[in-house]
Amino acid sequence: MTDLYQQQRAMRAMRKAALEYGVVAILDVGTSKISCLVLRFDGPTRFRESDGVGTMAGQSGFRVIGAATTRSRGVRFGEIAAMQETERAIRTAVQAAQKMAAIRVDHVIASFSGGAVRSYGLAGQVELGGEAVSEDDIARVLAACEMPDIGEGREVLHAQPVNFALDHRSGLNDPRGQIGNTLSVDMHLMSVESATIRNLLYCIKRCDLELAGIASSAYLSGLSSLVEDEQELGAACIDMGGGTTGISIFMRGHMIHADSVPLGGENVTADISKGLQVPMATAERIKTFYGGVQATGMDDREMIEIGGDTGDWEHDRRTVSRAELIGIMRPRIEEILEEVRARLDAAGFEHLPSQQIVLTGGASQVPGLDGLAPRILGQQVRIGRPLRVQGLPQAATGAAFAASVGLCLFAASPQDEWWDFDIPADSYPARSLRRVMKWLRDNW
Amino acid sequence: MRPLSLFTRTGAAPAQATQAAPQPTPAMTAAAAPAAAVEEPPLTVAQRAARARKAKLRAEQAEQAARQGTAAPRARVARKRRDPAPSRIAYKLHRLWLTPMFRTGLLRIALPLLLGFALAHGYLGDPARRGAIYASLADLRQSVKSRPEFMVRLVSIEGASPEVADLIRTRFPLELPVSSFDLDLEVLQAEIAELDVLESAALRIRPGGVLEIAVLQRQPAALWRSGEGLVLLDRKGNQIGAIERRAQRPDLPLLAGAGAQDRVDEALALVHAARPIAARLRGLVRIGRRRWDLVLAGGATIRLPERDPIPALAQVIALDEAQDLLARAILSVDMRNPLRPTIRLAPGAEAQMRRIKAIEMGEKS
Repeated sequence: MTDLYQQQRAMRAMRKAALEYGVVAILDVGTSKISCLVLRFDGPTRFRESDGVGTMAGQSGFRVIGAATTRSRGVRFGEIAAMQETERAIRTAVQAAQKMAAIRVDHVIASFSGGAVRSYGLAGQVELGGEAVSEDDIARVLAACEMPDIGEGREVLHAQPVNFALDHRSGLNDPRGQIGNTLSVDMHLMSVESATIRNLLYCIKRCDLELAGIASSAYLSGLSSLVEDEQELGAACIDMGGGTTGISIFMRGHMIHADSVPLGGENVTADISKGLQVPMATAERIKTFYGGVQATGMDDREMIEIGGDTGDWEHDRRTVSRAELIGIMRPRIEEILEEVRARLDAAGFEHLPSQQIVLTGGASQVPGLDGLAPRILGQQVRIGRPLRVQGLPQAATGAAFAASVGLCLFAASPQDEWWDFDIPADSYPARSLRRVMKWLRDNW
Repeated sequence: MRPLSLFTRTGAAPAQATQAAPQPTPAMTAAAAPAAAVEEPPLTVAQRAARARKAKLRAEQAEQAARQGTAAPRARVARKRRDPAPSRIAYKLHRLWLTPMFRTGLLRIALPLLLGFALAHGYLGDPARRGAIYASLADLRQSVKSRPEFMVRLVSIEGASPEVADLIRTRFPLELPVSSFDLDLEVLQAEIAELDVLESAALRIRPGGVLEIAVLQRQPAALWRSGEGLVLLDRKGNQIGAIERRAQRPDLPLLAGAGAQDRVDEALALVHAARPIAARLRGLVRIGRRRWDLVLAGGATIRLPERDPIPALAQVIALDEAQDLLARAILSVDMRNPLRPTIRLAPGAEAQMRRIKAIEMGEKS
């Protein structure tokens, strides 16, 4: 636990160094594509209040100066399956982005989607004795949360305090300086398999990059695709990626639940490939050009050339109607959405005041999804695209880049996590010199 | 870069493919189709027709491909795609290249230096070119040197008597006009100053192309008669030159004897002390490199001691003034022992003296 804490703090320190240097790369390792953006931070002094440009969602402080996307290799279900392949793909993306930015990048903030995301809600409480809440008290209350058994071989990826309550007043974002007797906190803790993180760390290290932060792409998609009032009022973001579908539920500006379904666009492609007896590349092409989920009478007459390279003329001249293609794709997409529905139900999404659901990610671009999704997920469904950030190329503004854009926002203004606060003195081992130092610093 | 290489590969692939597996010509395919039909008799008419149609279509397709020079689809599949990922080395080099300090250092400093060095090396590697450059440099140098501003057209010698000036001119002939760059004034000055006649020499080039040699001549203070003749000496005993006859410089005291030239100042002091008897003084002789003899007119000598010769001389002069000693017929006044001055009479003088004494005695007696 402390090991992880130190690791995360080291990453935070690295992030700080990167921000001082002014350039940081963000790397989204997905199942179907790996995208790398190079951000240049201009610092808060670039725009003044008098210029009429305020910080909007904390994102005006940076600019995307390099962007590159490459086909992902060696990644299955958002987890690295073949290290060398993935390393090569990361190298390709990073090199291209560096080339576009014309600057060398040393620090990278990475995201991934796999690793069997599990989400826990924790609660902690401390007595204050009628004094003002200090930073140390917040650290104490965070440390007072009872750590759940996250299981063997799992690591905490996010541990964010989502709500503070002081005596009977709840819903505080920042209780510091307020006076009360009992401070309690609700914390959202997200754990993933540690092997996934380790593999990613290793790949990034092999590329001579320093990891300055790590995040789950489900969370990042929510950050970038949910508009501010959706985040406040409560909404679920469904990031339909290539290999996994990430679910994140936001409420009052914080993520309160995350989950992922190991199904995604690649499954649809695989179905097409199997059903039409075509290679995956062709299936992908057919899916993106002709795919859909809502068949109409017109689609029976629209014939699609499947093509082939076998040399058998008849085999290579096959055609299929668009209705058939939709017939292959629709059940799989329905399955994904039903799985998502099941996960949302399991998380108790129906108890939230707002039932807004935002679909984003590459697989959400299927035509007709806006008609299919409400049947399964409820009426308040919209197809979302990520926020616009400065300098992002047009090609990288689509829904498939929701996690990348979220990563930009995460890099620019990360949310406070548990490890941003000092460990309270009494959690150090007894008779430790550090404990003495800590006590002196707190009390003098 | 990458699309280009891909393009060239696509261009190259069909040629290889056609070499490796020649496309079936229309004739071959047409021949193969009936043969297959013969070998497999249990076929319906419809099937046969279908096969024939298919074969024909294939033949047409192959013919078209051969005409256009494109490869069959099979050849395209067999081509191995290059890995688009950069190798580890390429990736590291690219990162190094993007490092700002490395880039500026290489582009702004190392590359120009290397380029300049390579160019200079390539250009100057040829000896003929190098020679031409040296020649042109020499020409340039010559043209600057021979500018009228730097030419010396006149030598003026100051502070020297006409004879000495002539001596300097003959000894150091300068082919005028000469460039001031070709004159090594320091060497010339040292050489001129080495002349016996001169005490010092100062050379400078005055504006207007005049080489001014300002010399300080040595002043002759004595004459030294040695085995080679009469030599002029200055106060320090330096030999200035020779003269023919004593009468040429009657103003200078005459010295003689070995080692006299080393003690000119002593001799001059003696001459100075001997002013009262200057009219009688003919010269000084150094005896055995240790003491002086004053030679007077008429051959009389005053022998002076090694130490303190001047008081001894003063004693003699006092005697002379009191008793007119030197006017008498004496051969020498020996002052080598100042406490016991000794007079040596001229031959005959003793008898004369005795006679005079006898007369004096006789008159008395």
